[in-house]
Amino acid sequence: MRILNSTAGRLSRHRRGRLAGALLLLVGLVAAGGLYTAVMTPASAEKTQDLASQVEEGRKLFLVGCSTCHGTNGEGILTDRGNNLGPSLVGVGAAAVDFQVSTGRMPMAQPGAQAPRKDVVYSEEETAALAAYVATLGPGPAIPDESDYSIEGLDSEAQEAAIVRGGQLFLTNCTACHNFEGSGGAMPNGGYAPTVRGVDAKYIYEALLTGPQNMPSFSNGNLTPDQKRDIIAYINSLNESAGVGGFGMGSLGPVAEGLFAWIVGIGALVGFAVWIAAHTTRSNKKKVEA
Amino acid sequence: MSIDTSKVATSNSSAATAKKPGKAGAVANWADERLGLGTAMKKNLRKVFPDHWSFMLGEIALWSFVVLLLTGVFLTLWYHPSMAEVVYEGSYDPLRGVLMSDAMASTLHISFDVRGGVLMRQMHHWAAMIFIASMMVHLLRVYFTGAYRKPRELNWVIGCLLLLLGTLEGFTGYSLPDDLLSGTGIRAADGFMKSIPVVGTYLSFFLFGGEFPGDQIIPRLYMIHVLLIPGILLALIAAHMLLLVYHKHTQWPGPGRTEENVVGFPMLPVYAAKAGGFFFIVFGVTAIMGGLLSINPIWKYGPYDPTKVTAGSQPDWYMGWPDGALRIMPGWEFHLGGYSFALNVFLPIIVLPGLMFTILLLLPFIESWITGDKREHHLLERPRNAPTRTALMVSLMTFYGLMWAAGGNDIIAITLNSDINQITYFIRVAVFVGPAIAFWVTRRWCISLQRHDEAKLLHGYETGVIMRSPEGGYSERHLPISENAAYTLTARDRDVVWTPGSETDESGVAAPGGRLDGLRAKLSTLWFADNVQKPTAQELEEARHHAEHEHALTAALDGVAADGHQFDGHHAVEGESLRGS
Repeated sequence: MRILNSTAGRLSRHRRGRLAGALLLLVGLVAAGGLYTAVMTPASAEKTQDLASQVEEGRKLFLVGCSTCHGTNGEGILTDRGNNLGPSLVGVGAAAVDFQVSTGRMPMAQPGAQAPRKDVVYSEEETAALAAYVATLGPGPAIPDESDYSIEGLDSEAQEAAIVRGGQLFLTNCTACHNFEGSGGAMPNGGYAPTVRGVDAKYIYEALLTGPQNMPSFSNGNLTPDQKRDIIAYINSLNESAGVGGFGMGSLGPVAEGLFAWIVGIGALVGFAVWIAAHTTRSNKKKVEA
Repeated sequence: MSIDTSKVATSNSSAATAKKPGKAGAVANWADERLGLGTAMKKNLRKVFPDHWSFMLGEIALWSFVVLLLTGVFLTLWYHPSMAEVVYEGSYDPLRGVLMSDAMASTLHISFDVRGGVLMRQMHHWAAMIFIASMMVHLLRVYFTGAYRKPRELNWVIGCLLLLLGTLEGFTGYSLPDDLLSGTGIRAADGFMKSIPVVGTYLSFFLFGGEFPGDQIIPRLYMIHVLLIPGILLALIAAHMLLLVYHKHTQWPGPGRTEENVVGFPMLPVYAAKAGGFFFIVFGVTAIMGGLLSINPIWKYGPYDPTKVTAGSQPDWYMGWPDGALRIMPGWEFHLGGYSFALNVFLPIIVLPGLMFTILLLLPFIESWITGDKREHHLLERPRNAPTRTALMVSLMTFYGLMWAAGGNDIIAITLNSDINQITYFIRVAVFVGPAIAFWVTRRWCISLQRHDEAKLLHGYETGVIMRSPEGGYSERHLPISENAAYTLTARDRDVVWTPGSETDESGVAAPGGRLDGLRAKLSTLWFADNVQKPTAQELEEARHHAEHEHALTAALDGVAADGHQFDGHHAVEGESLRGS
């Protein structure tokens, strides 16, 4: 305490010195600047600023492209008969927007049983803006990271185990609608489970998370993030492994097999029968009429 | 007294001696002396078969059955008909470590670890599909040509039994790998059995040795698949072919072909070569399909587990039509005294196939009852010359085809972007309307073709030469068809409508009329109604006279350009005038 007092006394002696004012100003500025830098980095300030403007941009896009069906605040619109013209988007999260818009399903070209996958309308930035805006309507699942759905980080043995687990999970949870090879299947009233082959892992993950259209959502309580990752690993292994038995005929099961048995098998064999009967025997150079 | 033998030859070297037989002859002789094959073969090796592509359809079935036996034996060497639970440790990575039945594990072993195993499995499966398909194609040929008429009705019945047994054999084979698809199929079959009123649950418990799935069903199906049904199939195929030899093959009518003879080529060497060659073709086509086209990829389905199912769960094609009936059936079900009666399952999958099979079996008998035709037939009838018969089968085929489509309604929906409900509603109506339309269209079509034949016989064929009469009218010139063609067209019987009392016993006394006589006469009238009968000899003669007369009238014009053609701008017309002026 004594040292502090003596120091303060020594400083105090110079308080009316010529440079004291300028020095004090400099110390004050450095402290304030340092503090500002420490607490509020310019980057995060920019981010906040950016997020706000992104949300704003998303809101504008939403008002133009989505609000006709989903309502000006994303609250959804009911038709006169009580059906959804467009469902409420409160709480669907950024993942749902990313899935629907990035795969071209939204905006819909026309009302129908189901929104088909088609050419993408919005650019990546626009999609991100829309997702950011919808995410502000209520808490919902965020767009997953690549580490969520990739097994790249695992060693080869763990990868193989993931594929085995994923295969069994796939057969339990997915094949009933999407077919044993993910070729897709029919749903009532014109709906359908689309093919999952050749679909980006990210979108499969998002679809599992958000349950788009006819699909049930598989929350993290139903299928843990690791289980979702394993299923995706299995689907990718289907894409990578060439058909062991040969051409898969669309991987649609026995109906396609029956079609091929009749058209290729019986077609070829009846053709050969005609050929054999047309080339009848001859005992000399002249053709024998039987 | 001594006889002078100096003039008698000491040897008979000039007499004929049997040449020492060649190697093949020696073997044949050895066998003949012990088995008496010579007598049996002498006739049958020269047995004559007529030549037509449609007579070889049954052969496809025969040869694919041989392929089934060969590949099937290969598969039994590694397959384990056991439902014991094992952990798969084979070389297919995505299933390693998964619990499954020994049956499934051994099928995976055949597919991935036995050399040529997946090829054999796929050949076996493709051959099975082709076996039943070719039986059906053969059946249609026999039906449409009337080859099942007396004396071949029983061979038709045997053929139908072969089709039924082939289908059951296919179903049991489909179930053996114990993958997801076959398990789903067995589960469905269990449900079908249980839908039978009163005895259903007992039947199911009897077959499964308790509640589904138990651990008995795979070994039992295996025994049925490799022993019971193939044994019966072999016996029936033998009977089918013995009857074929006994009845002799039917033939198409034509010059020199009668009800009493068979015109064609002998078994040896011609048909032995043709049929033997065809075996290798069937084997080759099956091998190519087995090598290139993936069928029943059980490794993708995974082991059966009642908690799992896959979209596109369908039976093989031959069970597709009852499956379709099941899919379009409204959900009729009622309860009586605490028991459920699942008509929505029982009617389409138990009653309907049984009914359809009975109709198929009885077709020759129904037809001969209606027509009253009890004569022997060895000459085939063209489909158009039996319009009602042809229309009946096309009608049945339409029914079958629509049911078939219903069995694949989900695949149709996704591949053609349509609504599965709409497809189902459409087929519910179409299975009743479609066959009726098909019957009417086919019948009228056949009759039109008969009229065309009649026109060819009476007025000749259309030459495409347009004639102008002196009055300025245009007509197409017809020329008589060849005598051979005319013979072939007229080589058929006149239709005789059955009337009550037309059947008499040996004393010429009319048989007493039964209660059904009225119905039978009515049906017989309808059966032949509107058919065009072949022209009589007198009509043909008149037509010939008429043609000669026509020809005489126009003979002057033969080889002469029609008048007026000289003014077509390509000829010098100096000093030309129309010939009439």
